[in-house]
Amino acid sequence: MRPVRAWSPLVEKILVGLKRVVDYNVRVRVRSDGSGVETDGVKMSINPFDEIALEEALRIKERGEANEVIVISIGSSATQQQLRTGLAMGADRAILVETDAASDPLTNARILLEIIKREEPGLVLLGKQAIDDDNSQTGQMLAALWDRPQATFASGIVLEGSKAKVTREVDVGLESIEVDLPAVVTTDLRLNEPRYVKLPDIMKAKKKPLDQIPLADLKLEASTRIDETAFAPPEERQKGIMVDNVAGLVAALKDKGLL
Amino acid sequence: MTRILLIAEHDGSTLNLSTAKCVTCASEIPDAEIHVAVFAEDGVNLASEIAGLTAVDKVIQVDNPANSYPVAAVLAPQIVALAEGYSHIFGPSTTFGKDLIPRVAALLGVNQISDIMSVLGSHSFKRPIYAGNVIVTVEAPADQPVIATVRTASYASIAEGGSASIEAAAVDADIPGHTRFIELKSGKSDRPDLQTADKVVSGGRALGNEENFNLIYKLADALGAGVGASRAAVDAGYVPNEMQVGQTGKIIAPELYIAIGISGAIQHLTGIKDAGTIVAINKDEEAPIFEVADIGLVGDLFDVVPELEAAINS
Repeated sequence: MRPVRAWSPLVEKILVGLKRVVDYNVRVRVRSDGSGVETDGVKMSINPFDEIALEEALRIKERGEANEVIVISIGSSATQQQLRTGLAMGADRAILVETDAASDPLTNARILLEIIKREEPGLVLLGKQAIDDDNSQTGQMLAALWDRPQATFASGIVLEGSKAKVTREVDVGLESIEVDLPAVVTTDLRLNEPRYVKLPDIMKAKKKPLDQIPLADLKLEASTRIDETAFAPPEERQKGIMVDNVAGLVAALKDKGLL
Repeated sequence: MTRILLIAEHDGSTLNLSTAKCVTCASEIPDAEIHVAVFAEDGVNLASEIAGLTAVDKVIQVDNPANSYPVAAVLAPQIVALAEGYSHIFGPSTTFGKDLIPRVAALLGVNQISDIMSVLGSHSFKRPIYAGNVIVTVEAPADQPVIATVRTASYASIAEGGSASIEAAAVDADIPGHTRFIELKSGKSDRPDLQTADKVVSGGRALGNEENFNLIYKLADALGAGVGASRAAVDAGYVPNEMQVGQTGKIIAPELYIAIGISGAIQHLTGIKDAGTIVAINKDEEAPIFEVADIGLVGDLFDVVPELEAAINS
């Protein structure tokens, strides 16, 4: 039974997107035929920015400002693993929109919108970008299709009534904006440090609900994809020189016309 | 017909250099007519500055009090209202463009290309993925507009000396009131801007505290350089977040980059790959920064940096 609260939460539900990506510690390799990135036998994890989004949702709930945290992912059935990790971190339930096809940001935004129509969350939290494709698009696209505010690259989120005040990390410094809820917020690195998952929580997470919805059931309009036709490692920089002291450094810089 | 709409970035009075870099990228697309749209409260000076960039054919000036500060949800419907007749819509891959352009793409119902680093054709580009560890070639569908952001570190600014026409446009769009700008806090500095400086000196965690970071500022001032920092130095609170260089901070391409007390985590290296010459000063000869440095010096920064500053000043 849920404890009785003296106040009602500011939002009923928070929806958090979790993407399954190659773990950030893995040094990715291009397949020898240039057809893609080697993912066979590679450790997969929750996108680190999405983990920050989930941590923030859990903190909001723990402050009594939300009742339920739902994690959602889009991908193959193996993605259940990342959703279980999200449940072990403290999410209440999970939704997997199942597809074996590689997904694109616009399709992902359309899928999330469909789930939003069913769940009606007061706040949607996503990582600011995925560390595999580095697109940084899905949150902004979702906000556009949903016709709601977006607050990207968030390093601070404060809920106040039917609004949120968000601090954004922009190129020139820190920007504050106010958005009406519901809204989409995408999270930056310095928002928080995600908690570690404890073993008993992993056991508990196995009993939490995880809904699997085949993508075809959502009957979405198909988007035209941007084709990825070739993959290659970046050009290597030329091997440099070592100097022994400041005089050597100054001489080398003068040599290059930099001093 | 290839007709490109570029969205100018500015702070209300000064044009951001990212705009002139985007023009360079657009000018590499064959036979393209390039239009630049500037959304501001009063964009008269900005428009004439943009008109002076070579390769620009037309400047579209959209003045509206709602455009006094750039808010993606406010700008996106106005851009969509202008989009008719354009085969491409480009913005810079800065926090301004990354926030805005996907919103435009979604309203137009098309996918977007992030971080163009090289133009292969009107619909074919290269872009980095996996923090720059992989370069992918992408092909956009021929029957849809190409909506993209341009990785500004990959391009030099286009030359001045142009004389494009300027057209004031009234845009018919529903501007939402659900997103309100409150304030912008930025550490004002007289030093060259980190993102566009020819020379940059960056400090890392090895500086140890905020006060010691003065060593970096002094060296930078001797060189006339901008100042950056590693994520570790930012997280430790030595400097504000806008000074962070790296994948999640700023991606820069100065002629000279001096990394001091920075070990060289992959995410930092991603931000400096396009620098002309990389100098690394580090106590640890095994530090990964030496693998990418053009000139490396193993030594204690507290000895080396003042000595280097003195050598430059003399």
